[in-house]
Amino acid sequence: MPRSLEAYLRPGLKATTFCPGCGHGILLHAVIRAVHELGLDRRELLFVSGIGCAAWIPSPHILADTLHTLHGRAVAYATGAKLANPKLTVIVVSGDGDLVSIGGNHLIHAARRGIDLTVICANNEIYGMTGGQAGPTTPCGALSATTPAGNPHPAFDLVRLVLGAGAAYVARYPVTQPRPLTDAIKRAIRTPGFAFVEVASPCPTQFGRRNRFDDVGALYDRIRKLSVARAEAAGLPEEELRGRIVVGEWTPGDLRLAAGEPPAGGAAC
Amino acid sequence: MRREDDGALAAGRRISETTGARSHPGNAARRYATGNEAAAHGAIAAGCRFYAGYPITPSSEIMEGMAELLSRVGGAFIQMEDEIASISAVIGAAWAGAKAMTATSGPGFSLMMEGLGYAVFTETPCVIIDVQRAGPCTGQATRVGSGDVMQSKWGMHDDVEIVALSPWSVQEMYDLTIHAFNLAERLRLPVFVLADEAVGHLHETAEFHERFEIANRVRSNEGTPFGSPDPAGVPPMPCFGDGANLLVTGSTHDEHGYRRVEEPEAHARLVERLRRKVLDRRDELADVERHLLDDAEVVVVAYGFTARGALAAVREVRRAGKKVGLLRLRTLWPFPEREIAALDGKVRAVFVPEMNHGQVAGEVQKRFRGELRAYGQTNGEVIPVATMRAELERMF
Repeated sequence: MPRSLEAYLRPGLKATTFCPGCGHGILLHAVIRAVHELGLDRRELLFVSGIGCAAWIPSPHILADTLHTLHGRAVAYATGAKLANPKLTVIVVSGDGDLVSIGGNHLIHAARRGIDLTVICANNEIYGMTGGQAGPTTPCGALSATTPAGNPHPAFDLVRLVLGAGAAYVARYPVTQPRPLTDAIKRAIRTPGFAFVEVASPCPTQFGRRNRFDDVGALYDRIRKLSVARAEAAGLPEEELRGRIVVGEWTPGDLRLAAGEPPAGGAAC
Repeated sequence: MRREDDGALAAGRRISETTGARSHPGNAARRYATGNEAAAHGAIAAGCRFYAGYPITPSSEIMEGMAELLSRVGGAFIQMEDEIASISAVIGAAWAGAKAMTATSGPGFSLMMEGLGYAVFTETPCVIIDVQRAGPCTGQATRVGSGDVMQSKWGMHDDVEIVALSPWSVQEMYDLTIHAFNLAERLRLPVFVLADEAVGHLHETAEFHERFEIANRVRSNEGTPFGSPDPAGVPPMPCFGDGANLLVTGSTHDEHGYRRVEEPEAHARLVERLRRKVLDRRDELADVERHLLDDAEVVVVAYGFTARGALAAVREVRRAGKKVGLLRLRTLWPFPEREIAALDGKVRAVFVPEMNHGQVAGEVQKRFRGELRAYGQTNGEVIPVATMRAELERMF
């Protein structure tokens, strides 16, 4: 990380608590780079997170106001803070289990209301901190601590979920594409209203080990190979999109065009 | 021992002691209102500028009142998707600098418990009005009860100390809501107004007076936001946007807010200060009202709407020459144990009528060794004066 960005980190922190190979460090970098490039006043920045590995991306690393809340509730806390002080730029950074499983109701209602928040969901497809249990984003068939014979359920397509709930801006990028990811975070922050960025971020310790990705590189290769740009995906038949990670950006107008457009994500079993 | 908040606590107490009195004739605004309407007006008068809630009988008129009143004073109102979201938004707003509140009833109060524990642990000032109804479970939504006394203290996991106030009139719905905000701001705590359906829906005349002392949090970047050299101290509270680079977390934290999730001393120190913050102030917080106690042989200990009927019963039994009195609890938590203990050895017996099965009677029993008669009624109705009178007469 360049020195210019170190000013955004709390002094005295020597290392993150993330496992070797975790994608969350790249996301942390992308978030503070986005904030830096937008030239936002750090005094008016508030980072809100829930519980889980991804909730530790802002807290305690980022030198700004941080609110590390309860499991699932980050978006509701953020809603209160934003309404009470509209001058704040409020950015939620949390995980897929936190935002979409236990916190799913808050997520869709905040999107529906159009509260001016940026919600960044680090999707590692598993519950990392609690030891590798399946979540609502775990791919069908994947092994986890609670699906020893393979996950019998399909994963949420977060892009369609949040766009359908009324978000003004939705994006999805993997940490293997840091520049487009950073630009998407910038656009999300600049979007008036509710903006959502899903970030595919590999978890070598829990997802990788259980699903026989024996080295970190293989897990990153998986994300890279699964990723397909939205424009390219539009030309692919349905069966070729199964399990793929369609990356790009969406706005409400895309809902009208949705008929004829293949599923945005890798949800289908 | 003198503490910085002595003055405000005393002021808050004076407010609650002005119950029913026309202390400011020049500004008195006498209104015929319900308890729930009075609570909303009290909140606005206390400086509340944020409300998040979810409709639930029999508290919804507070929410409706706040929707209207906050729009007039430029505050923020939001109807959330559930009670969990409501208390979450209240806490977020409090840290963004607002005096914030919600109102609910039994089932919603249950849903808020985890968030309330977060508010205690992060020392977030906020006010929760629980207009109690007949439970358990969905129970009888439109009927009265007071079964949340223990939940307000023990519903959160592990050891927490909170403050809970118990109004018995429309006037006190106004006054104690103001008092609750002052205590919340001074002590950095969630403060509960444990009302009941009967008080919430009661119509009577009250004064929505506007001259009283208002307490505000010490909003300062000086010092540490989550620790105090005083083992019962209240740290200063900077808010979001103040440049304090706050680290607010519900995990065990040090005085700066850094997570300390594996250090025994850090956890013990924090839990102990949060307990002492309330318990060391027990005598200041204990707010009771004494009726006909001087020569009483039998004393009724009552709270909330039940205390109104209890006072009527006491007067009727007095007329028959029996020496009875009433000790009314306006603070339920921290429990006014010194005031109860003062009865021990002085009066022969205590009678505790309540709309639950012994939640306060059990607390009384811990401090009073004489005869204790508990009367619990959970049929969704207020306890009739005649019932309390008959119970009292059997004690002579």
